[in-house]
Amino acid sequence: MEKQSNLFLYEEVVDKERPIRILIAKPGLDGHDKGAKVVAKALKDAGMEVIYIGLRQSTDSILNAALEENVDIIGLSILSGSHVPICRELLGKMGQQGIEGIKVVVGGVMPRADVRVLKDLGISEVFRGGSSFDDIIQALREMVRGAGRH
Amino acid sequence: MKTDAELKETDTGVKVKLYYTPEDLPGFDYGTSLGNPGEYPYTRGIYPTMYRGKLWTMRQYSGFSTSENTNSRFKFLLEQGQTGLSLALDLPTQLGLDSDDPLAKDDVGRLGVAIDTLRDMEEMFDGIPLDTISTSFTVNSTASIILAMYVATGEKQGVSKEKLRGTIQNDILKEYIARGTWIFPPQPSIRLIGDTIVYCMENIPRFNSVSVSGTHICEAGATHAQSIAYPFLTAITYINEVLKRGYRIDHIAPLLSFHLIAGGIQFQLFQDVANLRAARRLWAKIVKERLGAEEEKSLLLRFSTGAMGSGMTEQQPLNNIARIAYYALAAALAGSRSFNLPCFDEAYGIPTEEAVRTSLRVQQILAHETGVADTVDPLAGSYYMEDLTNYFEKEIEREMEEIESRGGIVACIENGYIQGKLLGQAYEVERKIQRGEIVKVGVNRFTVDEEQREMEVFALDPEVLSQQIERLNRIKASRDKSKVTACLNDLKKAATEERNTMPYLLDAVKAYATMGEIVGVLKEVYGEAEQPVSI
Repeated sequence: MEKQSNLFLYEEVVDKERPIRILIAKPGLDGHDKGAKVVAKALKDAGMEVIYIGLRQSTDSILNAALEENVDIIGLSILSGSHVPICRELLGKMGQQGIEGIKVVVGGVMPRADVRVLKDLGISEVFRGGSSFDDIIQALREMVRGAGRH
Repeated sequence: MKTDAELKETDTGVKVKLYYTPEDLPGFDYGTSLGNPGEYPYTRGIYPTMYRGKLWTMRQYSGFSTSENTNSRFKFLLEQGQTGLSLALDLPTQLGLDSDDPLAKDDVGRLGVAIDTLRDMEEMFDGIPLDTISTSFTVNSTASIILAMYVATGEKQGVSKEKLRGTIQNDILKEYIARGTWIFPPQPSIRLIGDTIVYCMENIPRFNSVSVSGTHICEAGATHAQSIAYPFLTAITYINEVLKRGYRIDHIAPLLSFHLIAGGIQFQLFQDVANLRAARRLWAKIVKERLGAEEEKSLLLRFSTGAMGSGMTEQQPLNNIARIAYYALAAALAGSRSFNLPCFDEAYGIPTEEAVRTSLRVQQILAHETGVADTVDPLAGSYYMEDLTNYFEKEIEREMEEIESRGGIVACIENGYIQGKLLGQAYEVERKIQRGEIVKVGVNRFTVDEEQREMEVFALDPEVLSQQIERLNRIKASRDKSKVTACLNDLKKAATEERNTMPYLLDAVKAYATMGEIVGVLKEVYGEAEQPVSI
């Protein structure tokens, strides 16, 4: 069966309320940032406020930036295979510091089985390679609206 | 009725006619446009016999987490008759961080072997005399340090420098655009590359001290023409760095090699081939006419080809084997000296042994079962191929001129112009794929509702980090600390005074100074690069 036609959500400007704020970072040392930047651009075009902090971010620097920027979502881009330990550490620190109300999503290269592992850790959504901009935008909107913050 | 003038826009934006005729090649002259293989302007190939004389080298990139694992793997490969080893280094090693650095902890031993000190290198090549092998290191900002360790390992084995063979990637400029393993700002990084080129020229004539790459920038959104134009400008930058130290173009030009695109997300069979043919011709002209080379060997564009993961789809991953085969076909038709093919499971993780082997088998089938290597440059003389080759030659020149008119490649990287331009292009390609305007089989056409087999993926041994830190601590405890300090001070002085750092790096690694300590000293002198992060 052919895939249904896309909604092209990224071409609409729908955020009439306070736009969703998302921080995008590349934790770890991997330098391949095209995916992170292309998604950041798509989210921006969909009306979100995107704060892209770039390469080689520690979990502390990500959390500090997220709090400072008062974001709804933290988006991590990880291609090196180190997604599980990085997510465990970040979520652990959020738990220790009592940070609530910020969702964490992950994109990148990883096996299917790890999606479950990451969600069990507390990651809200995982976007493996091949996810469309529409899927990502829709999921992020539902995540924030569903949480009753808007 | 259709006519030849009917244009179709291809996925890359290049417009092609319904068919081509002799009228598409006005002024075409075999001698000046092509020449025989091995003759100026080398459009057809840089050697007279090409694959009949020597088939392309088949080498797949792979890494193992520790020096012991790597050592046993190398010994296995050598027993199997392989003589070229391709070594992946982990990201901390590529970024000059020791394994005990807090930033390194999730990446130690993950994408390759961890090298903290000379001891790791010695153990990796234990029982493998360095004069019997050729080693290729994928390393850029710390290439000079890795080279120093390799030379020191050879010395300890009693192998003289002249006998060492191998390659370091050592191409920093594309790291700022695409691959991201930069440390220092561009200018001092270029000086370090000059140090290694000059050191190799004087001491290790058989070692390839730089491989200028156009493949990584394609992952970041570069077009066919940009994937040649930017590496050419980069190579000219490195050449100028060496020329200003008193050498001539005919000293340096024969030492350069390139790694160029064949395949990838914007793959178009005939365009990929034409682009590489155009590159060979244009480089010969540039080195001769613009840089004033006199010797024939200076004019040859020595290149291997590769494509990376972004052409590989997550959906229906076995389809990727067909894509890999077409990439390999393009590389062969273009006369590449060595192919680096992606693996069908790239979207899932670090390629497994099965996937790596399959990519190798694709090359072997192409080489031995299809007859593609029987005659040199088989597409030459095709009206279409020659028209496309002319087109790409002009496009590459145009892209070079654009960057030069904006202050040159270094300025355009420092101010983020190239990064921004490629991001815009990558975004457009991605949108076209998502709209279905560029067809990707299994992604936006001929899809299936998948809940298919789980792919086996490469898994990291969880003990690697603690083992590596323990090794590092042992070495730190056993070395002569005052000697380390003295060597690092000498290195700092040499770097500050802009003398060639290679002899000082050699002394420092021989004293078992760590990668992190050496890079730390160089950071004090050179500073660190800033990352342009605009979206």
